[in-house]
Amino acid sequence: MEERSAGVFSGKVGAAFLIPALFFIVVFLIFPFVWIFYLSFTNQTLTGAAAANPQFVGLANYARLFDFERWMRAGEFGSSLWITTRFVLGSALIGQAGLGMSVALAFYRRRGFLREMVYTLAVLAWIIPEVVVAFCWWAFLDWRSGTLNHILGSLGLGQPDWLFDHPLLSIIIFNTWRGAAFSILLFSSALETIPPSYIETADVVGASAWQKFRDILLPMLRGHVLTDLILITLWTFNVFTPFLLTGGGPVFRTQLVSIYTYRTAFKFFEFGKGSAIAVVMMLINLALAMGYLTMLRRRRVTA
Amino acid sequence: MRVYESPVARIGLTVFALAVAGFFALPLLWLITAPFNPRTTLAVELPSEPSLSNFETVFGNSFAVRALFVNNLIIAGGTMVLVAVIATLTSYGLSRTRIPGRDLLIYVLILFSSVVSGTAAMVPIFLLAYNLGLVDTLTGVILVMTGGYLPSAIFIMRDFVDSIPRSYEEAALVCGASPLRIFMDIAVPLVRPGVMVVAVWTFVNAWGAFLIPVVLLRSPENMPASVAFYSFYTEAGTPLLTLVSAYAFLYTIPVLLLYLLVNWKFGFRFFGGIKR
Repeated sequence: MEERSAGVFSGKVGAAFLIPALFFIVVFLIFPFVWIFYLSFTNQTLTGAAAANPQFVGLANYARLFDFERWMRAGEFGSSLWITTRFVLGSALIGQAGLGMSVALAFYRRRGFLREMVYTLAVLAWIIPEVVVAFCWWAFLDWRSGTLNHILGSLGLGQPDWLFDHPLLSIIIFNTWRGAAFSILLFSSALETIPPSYIETADVVGASAWQKFRDILLPMLRGHVLTDLILITLWTFNVFTPFLLTGGGPVFRTQLVSIYTYRTAFKFFEFGKGSAIAVVMMLINLALAMGYLTMLRRRRVTA
Repeated sequence: MRVYESPVARIGLTVFALAVAGFFALPLLWLITAPFNPRTTLAVELPSEPSLSNFETVFGNSFAVRALFVNNLIIAGGTMVLVAVIATLTSYGLSRTRIPGRDLLIYVLILFSSVVSGTAAMVPIFLLAYNLGLVDTLTGVILVMTGGYLPSAIFIMRDFVDSIPRSYEEAALVCGASPLRIFMDIAVPLVRPGVMVVAVWTFVNAWGAFLIPVVLLRSPENMPASVAFYSFYTEAGTPLLTLVSAYAFLYTIPVLLLYLLVNWKFGFRFFGGIKR
């Protein structure tokens, strides 16, 4: 590794290759990140007097966000955070990671048609444009003619109006469906790195499937599992696609923080308050990313 | 290597596989049946008289055609070219220059791009675009997307660039070739598969994106397909399913074709260091 990092080019020539990327990263990543902190202390709007001359308002935007009198009411910031927490727990940590691990384990060291079919369908759910899958799910969950209620009906089970009666559960299942492919692929390729002899030895001494999973596979996959959990948490926390299915409703019941930000900034054009929400979101993102980096470095030291 | 497997375990696996496959497939069935049904509903049903009339409706709608075949192609194509060119230059420069802590730098970059993402990032980016006069321009959408996709693209590209041997370049350097010439004549042909993967990845992402265009664009003639869907509604607010279903079908085809292409050429797998 060290040998490969020796340069073909001098520093100056190398830097020239990096200039275009640096431009985009500084303008569209670093500058917005710094600027948003400043914006969150102003009353910036898009129209009216505050558009041309935004005033410095100190912590007023944050005070409105963290007004604990009302913050758990429907449609407020606290309630959005709580909805998002349940959404991340349900769809990322339980749904995607759980399904990903189950599928990866079920097809561990197997090839064949069943595996190809499951993996291809999962990847399709992952790559088809989000607007299209939103329409598909809207049809799928429809109370009267949707496929899901047809199946439930023929099994003699209840036929709820999913998006109205169980909106949060609906977007949790939807997001599990949408994103599980990543965990399936990550865990599958991680499992392939485990030497088969480990499992064979355990087979010889008569270990049960659960013992093999707990004592051999899980410890060896710890790093991959953590990587997966942090990345899907980060992505799910920021995901906007459920907006296309529910619009945040009914009555704010699926208003994730990402949707709350969108409504505040781009429906009501309150950029000051929108910036304050965005700052809180980015700080949460930053904490997750730092956790990921720390973990990667620790793994590199122990590896 | 599996010495013995009980029939119960085999049946169990098959049932599990079919259940998972059903979970992933069932919501997509509508996309296959509805476009060919002249009386589209929300139900999945084989049309009694399959027809292409829904597609005729799409092609008769100049707004829909423009969104899909002009605006979407400009946005996805423009972003693809910019990202592929810049990511290749950057990962090549990074790979061939001695920069201390380079690997950590790339990790920090890609994580930082995850931090500045989604609706949170759109607030300052919208104001930035507004002040630069880029709101309601396709150029603005392309530039913002390029900034967003570039870190991941560099990350994917790095694996390809790091794996090409340096001996050709060193030989060319000895013969007095300029760095740009080495890049164009030696490096680019060798990393062509990487360029292709990055290009496809970027195209598919930009093709399907909804949030960036819906925030940055205003006028109907600039809208890409993802936003155009939301104008196919009756005055009562219900979607025109005939139009929506056929449009969704046409809009998805390029993504499927590109998936098949990558799958055929490389096998669909993780690119970049995520698999560590």
